[in-house]
Amino acid sequence: MSFFFHFGRYLLFLKSMFSKPEKTNVFIKRIFAEMVAIGIGSLPIVILVSVFQGAVTTIQTAYQLITPLIPKPTIGTVVSDSTILELAPTITSLVLAGKIGSHIASEIGTMRINEEIDALEVMGINSSSFLGLPKIISGMVMVPVLVIISIFLSEAGGIVAGQLSGALTADEFIQGARMTFKLFTLQFSLIKAFTYGFIITSVSCFHGYYTFGGALEVGESSTKAVVYSSVLILLSDYLLAELLL
Amino acid sequence: MIELKNITKSFNGKEVLKNISAVFEQGKINLVIGASGHGKSVLMRTMVGLIRVDKGDILYDNRILDFENYEKLKEIRRDIGMLFQSSALFNSSNVEENVEFPLKMFTNMTKEERLARVNFCLKSVHLENVNKKFPAEISGGMKKRVGIARAIALDIKYLFCDEPNSGLDPITSRVIDELIKEITEKFKITTVINTHDMKTVLDIGENIIFIYKGEKWWNGTNEMVRNTENKELKDFINASLV
Repeated sequence: MSFFFHFGRYLLFLKSMFSKPEKTNVFIKRIFAEMVAIGIGSLPIVILVSVFQGAVTTIQTAYQLITPLIPKPTIGTVVSDSTILELAPTITSLVLAGKIGSHIASEIGTMRINEEIDALEVMGINSSSFLGLPKIISGMVMVPVLVIISIFLSEAGGIVAGQLSGALTADEFIQGARMTFKLFTLQFSLIKAFTYGFIITSVSCFHGYYTFGGALEVGESSTKAVVYSSVLILLSDYLLAELLL
Repeated sequence: MIELKNITKSFNGKEVLKNISAVFEQGKINLVIGASGHGKSVLMRTMVGLIRVDKGDILYDNRILDFENYEKLKEIRRDIGMLFQSSALFNSSNVEENVEFPLKMFTNMTKEERLARVNFCLKSVHLENVNKKFPAEISGGMKKRVGIARAIALDIKYLFCDEPNSGLDPITSRVIDELIKEITEKFKITTVINTHDMKTVLDIGENIIFIYKGEKWWNGTNEMVRNTENKELKDFINASLV
């Protein structure tokens, strides 16, 4: 019963968001501000995770394919395909669920317990739309951008690690990456990123918006936002793979 | 004028507001008094549309507060200003941005016009040279004043104050009371204050409603409160003045 209650509430929360903004120019400014917070704010952690992710995947793949029967560019193929298809969108989004998700839930949750959301409502502002919609739109735009950056940096990390470890040269890596590259793989990766962007921001806004109590409950909402976003990312990862591949 | 007609509200089967009818007059300071937990805050939150009523009607100058029609609800809310117990200022915005916010959202004023209005509102609450300070940098009394300035930034018709004196020292409490009285008279608005501060009741209260166990127990004027024979109200007054 509790699941249906919360799921229904989540759908109603989403429905309440889609209304005409009170002031379009304020709404657009808020979208850009959120894009900066989500995109630029998450860049350092995305850079760090992506570079090491590519490097480690390359070294581990090379370690497993240590046979003269398999040409070295195959390592590039494996690393590149798995990066584009799975690692960059999913791992990056799981990291972003922790960073963006907890930030959004605690920001909105604190506004709730400080009566700031009530103040918005009393002014005649649709608070869910005012607070949530710019974050969701920004998430759906910026998470795919971050995933593209992550793909690029993972490949770069892989090339550097391959070169440094002597597993394969940069040319061999790029040759392998280009060998089996399909445009749809990249499109699929971006579809995933777009979906994950929506999940992370909407689930976190929902948990923040329905925070009741005090500081402890804000922490709880923040944790719930990260946990539910992560679970939904993994679930939708499977569903999208099943549906689109 | 705000009119309540047979307002009833329950939470988990427990009736918190029982068939309350009342009239809050324009240009007057209407006080809702009562002990904690007797339904004062629920009544105020119901009146501004933050809590949906189970039964009854709320009328703002004969316009019904329609919980089913969000657009109409928003229309009435734009005539409402509210000072929250916690002041509810936007912590990430400075004083100027807080007061400017409703103007930004609901008017087409230029930046200069908005700034002039912000300064006028801040001057009305006797605050100057604090425009760039953040809520965390000002005192509780100043926060309340900024809250009032934000509430009157638009030309409101109704002002709600939820426990405006809570957490303030007696001197600042009196300043806030006087300020609310001054603003009510100056802008000829309908002011509703939730309080259990008897000093406020005796100093500025004009139309007083005493809520007891979710019911409207007593209604009268400032003079009538002083000479009441109502046992529960007398107990409340005596306990408050001890």
